[in-house]
Parts: sequence; structure tokens; C-alpha cells
Amino acid sequence: MSDVQPAIRLTGVSKQFPGGYTALEGVDITVAPGRFVSLVGPSGCGKSTALSLIAGLDTPTAGTVKVRDRLVNGVADGVGFLFQRDALLPWKNVFDNVAFPLVLRKRPAKEIAERVNEWIARVNLRGFENHFPSALSGGMRKRVALAQTLVYEPQIILMDEPFSALDVQTRDLMEDELLQLWQGSGMTIVFVTHDLEEAIALSDEVVVMTAGPARVKARYDVTLPRPRVIEQVRLDPRFTELYRAMWNDLRDEVLESYARATSAP
Amino acid sequence: MREQLRPLNRWTILSTQVVLTILVLGLWELGGRAGWIDKLYFSRPSDIGMQVAEWVRLGYVVKDVVTTMSETLAGLAVGALVGIVLGIVLASNRFLGAVFEPLLVLLNSIPRITLVPLFILWFGFRFESKVASAIALVLFVVFFATYAGIKDVDPTLVASARVLGATRADVVRHVLVPSALTWIFSSLRSAVGFALIGAVVAEYFGANAGVGYRIQYSEANFNTAGVFAGLAVLMVLVTLVDAFIVRVQRHLIRWK
Ligand SMILES: Nc1ncnc2c1ncn2[C@@H]1O[C@H](COP(=O)(O)OP(=O)(O)OP(=O)(O)O)[C@@H](O)[C@H]1O
Ligand SMILES: [Mg+2]
Repeated sequence: MSDVQPAIRLTGVSKQFPGGYTALEGVDITVAPGRFVSLVGPSGCGKSTALSLIAGLDTPTAGTVKVRDRLVNGVADGVGFLFQRDALLPWKNVFDNVAFPLVLRKRPAKEIAERVNEWIARVNLRGFENHFPSALSGGMRKRVALAQTLVYEPQIILMDEPFSALDVQTRDLMEDELLQLWQGSGMTIVFVTHDLEEAIALSDEVVVMTAGPARVKARYDVTLPRPRVIEQVRLDPRFTELYRAMWNDLRDEVLESYARATSAP
Repeated sequence: MREQLRPLNRWTILSTQVVLTILVLGLWELGGRAGWIDKLYFSRPSDIGMQVAEWVRLGYVVKDVVTTMSETLAGLAVGALVGIVLGIVLASNRFLGAVFEPLLVLLNSIPRITLVPLFILWFGFRFESKVASAIALVLFVVFFATYAGIKDVDPTLVASARVLGATRADVVRHVLVPSALTWIFSSLRSAVGFALIGAVVAEYFGANAGVGYRIQYSEANFNTAGVFAGLAVLMVLVTLVDAFIVRVQRHLIRWK
């Protein structure tokens, strides 16, 4: 793996906010191309911050962030970002939201229509082209956001707890759909969650972060066979084993973060 | 919560409104005829109606409405356009915003009506002084609404657009302006009223046509019915323009 150029490399990355709060401290993470890597950690530890540094939406106060061996300097092309909060444009309907990145790239109208219709079909939203986001359910909005990101074929996709606001059934469904879309696409995915089951079920590798300031506490390779089906993979004995080991690591951090939150002045 | 309430009947509301209006106008008319209300100062609905009819017959209404509306609309168009552009530029450029926003707050503290004599000094009793008064009243309302609307935009939407490939200009066009549109339209509705005030007040100071001129002329001749008739014409005008703006707004902000 060391001979392959990494898709993402964080070296000694720290981030201190102007208020003085340190969100990340000396973080080293390397993501090989085509891998599905999850970041887990207690709430508020700095996971979203790490993603915005990779996306070029913010800059580290120390260390370097490289994407495809190039130093991140502003928003890079070829990186997609699914935000934790809803980020569809409320004044554009489903079609126009999915078309938005292609319109920005000034693609010809015919190509836009073809690719948008293809992606709307692939995320099962046919018939909803003219609906505005306010008329869709949470799960459907996530699908639109997914199509909007995949339509311009970024090689790297950053996902910030994309499914955390969904009910359990919709979530399982979306996880399966995500795996199907990713399988064989060659895309690199960095997936932030605080749900260990979700992290293990989806990933090749899980990185456990400490309570803020976030450092890398441990990393685990998930060697469960692919293609995976979410409901079945949970029954695999290796799944339970990994879950137990990771939960051991995470528990201390969650307790620490909880103690801090409740004793805060 | 709201769904649980029994829906109100539109016709009951409308008929109550009609009855109330008739009641007030009827009492006014009766009071005038019985001598409880001084006709010299308060006139009577029938006299006011006759005055409007007289003006219609003489062709004054059309002439006055056309004059006042062209001043109002010119002032509204220029004032709103400048206000929107200024709002977009100052809200999306941090340096310019920091420099000019306090200055505009300062200018806004001047009671705009007091500028009307100044405009008359500069432009005379012509069309331009009326338009300038309307602009002065409209500009700030629209500017502050646009500015606030853009500052209010969800930062996640801006970040998302940037990741999707938007340049600064793309962000303004696809995110900031549509997001501010709700605010801009609600300000435009009050701006119509302000533009009309500007035009009419400037007409009071000196003109030879226009609803404001007609009111001022009636007043100078102790024609109270004429003053009320002018107000009635203004009322109808504002209602019509407001209804038009609401329709445009519904069309442009149909995503809500
Ligand atoms: N712009 C900012 N200025 C100051 N502090 C910030 C800023 N953004 C985030 N923080 C702080 O940095 C810490 C990490 O935030 P971040 O959003 O990265 O956490 P997270 O791990 O994504 O949390 P969650 O699981 O709740 O989404 C938080 O304590 C937050 O309050
Ligand atoms: Mg977060």
C-alpha cells in the first residue's frame, strides 16, 4: 500500500479556532485511493472540522493536508461533501438541485439532462423531478444530496453523518444503496459517524478519535467480505468482535467527553 | 395546531367586513346630516363620492393618477434597484460592508421627508423632484432588507455551493440573491407605500397635477370633501399595486 499515492494524507494536523478552542491536535490520517474509511468519535470532538480541512473550506493551524499529493489550498475540484445539515438549495427543485454542479461547470444542456435523469433514477427519485426539497421526506432529501454529489463524479467523497437524522429502517436502506453505488466505482470515501455499527458495516477501515481535542486513538481494519448486505453483516462473528474492541476504546472517550460537558461551568 | 381549528368561512368574514364598512360610512353620513359632525371639517361620504365623480367627469382622476403613479413607479424602480444592488455588494464584500454600512445607518437616521425642500431646490417643481423624494424613501428600506437577507443566509448552503464548484459570482447568483428574495419582496411591499408618500408629499410642496396636488388644492379652498376624495383615490392605488406585488412574489417564491 505504501507504493500507492494516497488519496488523502493528514500529517500532524492541528486546528485551533480563533476563540482559543483546539478541535484537532497532531492528527495523522492516510487514506488509500478507493478505500472506505470511517471516522468515529464522541460528539463535538472535531470530526466535522477534519472534513472541512480536507475539503479546503478551512485551513489547519499546524500540519499539512494533502489531497492526491497536492497541498489543499482552497476548495479542490473532484471532492464531494455530504453535509451533516441539510444543504440542498430550497429554491431549486430536485432536477435543478442535481443539475446544479453541472450547470456550474457549464456542461451542455443535453448532457446535463441525460446525466441528471440517470442519477435521479439511480437514487430512486423518478417522478419527483419537479418537487421542491420542502416537499420531500428526510430520506428523499438525502438521496437528492447524494445524486447531486455523485453526478459530477468526484473521486473523493466526504460524508458527515449523512444518515444520522433518519429512522432506522430508512437508514439501513440508504446504507445498502450507498454500498451499491460505491462498489466498483473506485471512489474514496471518508465517512464520519458516531455509530460504531454503521462504521463497521460500511468501512474497510475505522479510525477512532479521542474526545476533543481530537487525536487518533486507534485504527481497525475491517476485513469482512464484500459485497456486504447490512442486515447480514451484523450477524458475522467478526463484526461482534470488532464492535467490542472498538467500543472499549470509544467508551473511555465518550465518558470523558460526557464528564466534561456536565462539569462545564 | 392550526389544522385542529375549524376553518373560518371566507364569506362570513367578507360579509362582516362589508357590513362594518356600511355601518361606519352610514353613521358618518347620518351624523353629518343631523349636524352632530361638522361638515366643514369632516365632510360626508356622499359629498366625497360626488367629488370623486366630478373629478372623473372633468378627467382629473386619470390625469392625477397617471402623474402620481409615474412619479411613484419611477422612484420605486430606481430606489429598489439601487437598494438591491447596494445591499448585495455591501453584504457580499466584507471590506466594503465594514466601510459603508455605518454610513448608511447614519444617513438613514435623517427623517427623509425633511429632504423634500432640498430636492425642490435642486430640481424645481418638476417630475425629478418628486421622483427624488420617492427614491430617498424607498432606497433605505430596500437596502437594509437586502443586506439583512444576505447576511441571514445559511452558511452551510454557501459551503455546499463552493464544494459543488461555485465561484464567488455563482454563490451570489445561486445562493445569496434567492435567499434574500423573501426579504426583498416583503420590503418592496412597504416600499410601494413609501414611494407614494414621497411623491405625494413633494406634490404638496408644488405641482400642477397629481393626487397630492389635488389634495393640497382642495385644502387651500376649504374643500374638505376634496381632501377626503384624494385620500380615497390614494387608498385604491396602493391596494392595487400591493396586490400586483403579492402576485409576482407568489410566482417567484413558490418553493416555500
Ligand atoms: N467556527 C468555530 N469556532 C469555534 N469553535 C468551533 C467552530 N467550529 C467548531 N467549533 C468547536 O470545535 C469542536 C469540534 O467541532 P466539530 O463540529 O468538528 O465536532 P464533531 O466531532 O463534528 O461533533 P458532532 O458529532 O456533534 O457533529 C466543537 O467543540 C465546536 O464547538
Ligand atoms: Mg459534526
